[in-house]
Amino acid sequence: MKTNDMNQVVVHAIFILLAALCLIPFVLLIMSSFSSESSIVNNGYSFWPSEFSLEAYTYLWAQKAAMFNSYGITILITVVGTFAGLLISALLAYPLSRRDLPMRGILSFLVFFTLLFNGGLVPTYLIYTEVFHMKDTLMALIIPGLLTNGFFILLIRTFFANSIPVQIIESAYIDGASEFKIFYRMVLPLSLPILATIGLMLTINYWNDWFNGLIYITEPRLFSIQNLLNRMLVNIQFLQQSNMGGQNMSVNLPTNAVRMAMAVVGILPLILIYPFFQKYFVKGLTIGAVK
Amino acid sequence: MMIPGLAYLIMNNYLPMFGVIIAFKDINYAKGILGSDWIGFKNFEYLFKTQDAVVITRNTILYNGSFIILNTVFAISVAILLNEVRNKFAARFYQSVILLPFLISMVIVGYLVLSMLSAESGFLNLNLLPMFGMKPISWYFEPRYWPYILTIVQLWKATGYLCVIFLAAIIGIDNEYYEAATIDGASKWHQIRSITIPLIAPTITIMTLLAIGRIFYSDFGLFYQVPLNSGPLQPVTDVIDTYVYRGLMTLGDIGMSSAAGLYQSLVGFILVLLSNYIVSRGNKENALF
Repeated sequence: MKTNDMNQVVVHAIFILLAALCLIPFVLLIMSSFSSESSIVNNGYSFWPSEFSLEAYTYLWAQKAAMFNSYGITILITVVGTFAGLLISALLAYPLSRRDLPMRGILSFLVFFTLLFNGGLVPTYLIYTEVFHMKDTLMALIIPGLLTNGFFILLIRTFFANSIPVQIIESAYIDGASEFKIFYRMVLPLSLPILATIGLMLTINYWNDWFNGLIYITEPRLFSIQNLLNRMLVNIQFLQQSNMGGQNMSVNLPTNAVRMAMAVVGILPLILIYPFFQKYFVKGLTIGAVK
Repeated sequence: MMIPGLAYLIMNNYLPMFGVIIAFKDINYAKGILGSDWIGFKNFEYLFKTQDAVVITRNTILYNGSFIILNTVFAISVAILLNEVRNKFAARFYQSVILLPFLISMVIVGYLVLSMLSAESGFLNLNLLPMFGMKPISWYFEPRYWPYILTIVQLWKATGYLCVIFLAAIIGIDNEYYEAATIDGASKWHQIRSITIPLIAPTITIMTLLAIGRIFYSDFGLFYQVPLNSGPLQPVTDVIDTYVYRGLMTLGDIGMSSAAGLYQSLVGFILVLLSNYIVSRGNKENALF
């Protein structure tokens, strides 16, 4: 019993250290965002700034037009992308899960092959910009992430095939239900666990996506919060330039603190909702990992 | 029912596959993609004649290779330890915290790293190094530190995710094995070595092979956001993905960039097939197809 207690102490000690390592950067970020600019210039970013100040947030508030615009874009693409992605993934996965689908082998292969081989960034970019003319449109932020290359379809298909008894579908069929009705009334309600999982993954993907914005969007009006953050990481002045309100605030820009405040604004929603969906997220990861 | 999905796949995946012909063309926007002149393997010749191909291939493989090894070892260790935590509430708390880095975007990670490493105001330069009497370092101009920095950042971000997966496998192990082992007087270490590890071996294998199959693809965000795209660091931070991106977006060298992209896709494709073949030889159940 004694050694057992010792073991527990050691294990807890290791995890407290690991947890600290994971949290410390966030703490540094948050504390820095509440520092006065002069204390950052003199002492650097620190865990306990010599002088607390809200000037960074006051500054961001003055730029609220650009900020709220970006939040709006992010929320819009996340909501639309998640629902559209779920819908067409499920629509595509369901027929593939049915054994009586004509040409099932070929169609499955077509979906599966996208996991193995892709044209690469350059052709994809050219197709989206030159053929579909999506540069600087909201579509460019939504469409590339919809099915994430067939991976989600495979997960949903496997779930449909394993967890929905064929007999249910057959009996509904005999009762005269149409294919769409079966899908909508029976298959979808029975598949809530997998749909929730995929929905959560899509939400995270859309919320965190900065890459599509980086390559397809040049207009500040269409920047998502991640893209705004991305530009500001390199160029703090960017927020001012992108502000359509036209306020002139170039005097005494608290650059260092503003940067960190901006990052705080970027992660705040996630940190706030994380405790609530953490449980589902872990479940989702486990389903996603095991084929 | 399948029409929207299939249409999407054609648009997002199959059209670009035909687009690989760009790699064999001398792209001229005036003539359009199809109208541009064929130049055969010239783009590939240019690519492989320069030092670039060697550097980006080396970086890609070395980084991803060490990520695979470190991630696996680290995540399994953490998962085993987490399984030992008796207090359920504490276990859930640790797991949540370790998973947190996985959820934030690479842009934010870039900010976090900047707050640590920034030359004029970073925590390391102004607070930590002086404590040990060391001089500040211009991190973003010193290539030699970056292999370590990127590895640490990557490990920090990825451990939580992998740990959850391995933990799920460990929880699935029948408790009777451990009870029997305890009766036989096996120590914790013995139990881990002869029960836990062998029983989660299928999960380890499949995760590793999946990673090896994707060894030619890097996390673009890690290599682009975290070093802030800093020029002096390129020899040690440039991977195929960043090279392709730069060729396309900044240099406008579409031919070379798509040649590099096709090289990546092809080698990646072969590696996936190869690793799947190896798994299916070992155990049909574990194979992807």
